[in-house]
Amino acid sequence: MAGEASDRKPFISKKIDKFFKGLADAWNFVLRFWKEVFLPPYEFKEVLHQCYRIGVESLPLISLTGFIVGIVFTNQSRPSLSEFGASSWLPSLISIAVVRAMGPLVTALIAAGKVGSSIGAEIGSMKVTEQIDAMEVSATNPFKFLVVTRVLATTFMIPILVMYTDFVALIGSFLNVNANELVSLSTFFVQVFESISFLDIWSSVLKSLLFGFTIGIVGCYKGYNSSKGTEGVGRAANSAVVISMFLIFIEELLALQVVNAIRGM
Amino acid sequence: MAERVVHIRNLHKSFGDLDVLKGVDLDLFREENVVVLGRSGTGKSVLIKIMVGLLRQDEGIMEVLGKEVSTLTARELNALRLKIGFSFQNSALYDSMTVRENMEFPLVRNIKNLTKKEINYRIEELLDAVGLPQTINQMPSELSGGQKKRIGVARTLILNPEIMLYDEPTAGLDPITCVEINNLINEVRERYKTTSIVITHDLTCAKMTGDRMAVLLDGQFRAMGTFDEVFPRATDQRIKSFYDYNFTET
Repeated sequence: MAGEASDRKPFISKKIDKFFKGLADAWNFVLRFWKEVFLPPYEFKEVLHQCYRIGVESLPLISLTGFIVGIVFTNQSRPSLSEFGASSWLPSLISIAVVRAMGPLVTALIAAGKVGSSIGAEIGSMKVTEQIDAMEVSATNPFKFLVVTRVLATTFMIPILVMYTDFVALIGSFLNVNANELVSLSTFFVQVFESISFLDIWSSVLKSLLFGFTIGIVGCYKGYNSSKGTEGVGRAANSAVVISMFLIFIEELLALQVVNAIRGM
Repeated sequence: MAERVVHIRNLHKSFGDLDVLKGVDLDLFREENVVVLGRSGTGKSVLIKIMVGLLRQDEGIMEVLGKEVSTLTARELNALRLKIGFSFQNSALYDSMTVRENMEFPLVRNIKNLTKKEINYRIEELLDAVGLPQTINQMPSELSGGQKKRIGVARTLILNPEIMLYDEPTAGLDPITCVEINNLINEVRERYKTTSIVITHDLTCAKMTGDRMAVLLDGQFRAMGTFDEVFPRATDQRIKSFYDYNFTET
């Protein structure tokens, strides 16, 4: 029994050590990003290339999802509002839900799955096949070229994609409302814009910047620190998605508290 | 006497509890070709990774072109790296780039104000030198193992390095391609006047390319000299078995 106890003790401590070492490594990685992002040389061309890739890669899936979310959410909300004779409030309800929460959240979760995993796998594969080392020995800073550019690209592109998702979801919602309540496009959008405030739009954009940064940095961190060959690459891609999604929900929760506090002022 | 370009003394490197290098000494002279031999996991690649600053030694001296690598700033290290070509075991070609873009990448990032014509000329010249001008627009995934190695060598040569480091240049290749790669290493040395270290466990490669052999065992060089000095008369059973395995007919 004594032997078992002594076997178990270092196992637990090892896990805790590993957890805190992981946190410290991740923190150092984020700090290194902020240090490198302001130092020359600036990789504008690569940032634009990554922005294009991230935008184009995500567009079809985000278009489809946004459109369906708009239709489904409108359809699901109608019976409850109709019960109180308030189905004319549908555009207001949808706009608030989409702009404040659904648009940023749905876009970020899709991007975490599509972009985050792709970044994790790409950088992970470069790491295990020594492409990152090759970059380094040819006097190119791989962190700047691979990590900084991708994190900047996700940080800039997610807010743009969020606005696009909001628009597509509202179009989906309009088609549903138009088919059922015969509301015109102008009436629908007047109601939409009457219901949302600048605070809603700004909080959505700022939140999306944070989501974008999270997706980029987690994907890059996991890829950059992957090991153990192809198995490690798969693991990097997988954990990039899981951790990004987890952090996005936490950030959404915190952002909600902050925005509600500001709204209450 | 030829100029000394690499000076290694009492070099130690450990990974956790595992001592990989335990006091390595080596001098490399200009235009010399030294082959470092040893079984897998003996620290051969670690040695050349310390040379380019990818890893840092725990103890000892690693001077390359008169500079102690571990004390260099990032800028100084990059300047030194431009003088060293590193050919990786798996070629390490950038998957997402064509052969042309792979070759262009180190060139345009390190030498400013080159015209498109000059860049193209340099790329085509080196692809000709490695015998693969037709692959210029191909992706790495479309190349064979031997072709990848050749392109990898061409990419490292694009910055006119003084020292070439070859990490397992013939690993995973068929015997004929191995001979072609060995010939390429010799051609590169003659044409571009490079000093080289070849890391390998292939004795045919060592015999064809090396002026001197250095056998790494238990974290130290246990034998050093020409091929004939080190191998046929080896008394150390481990070195002897290396030779027997490669050259004795069964």
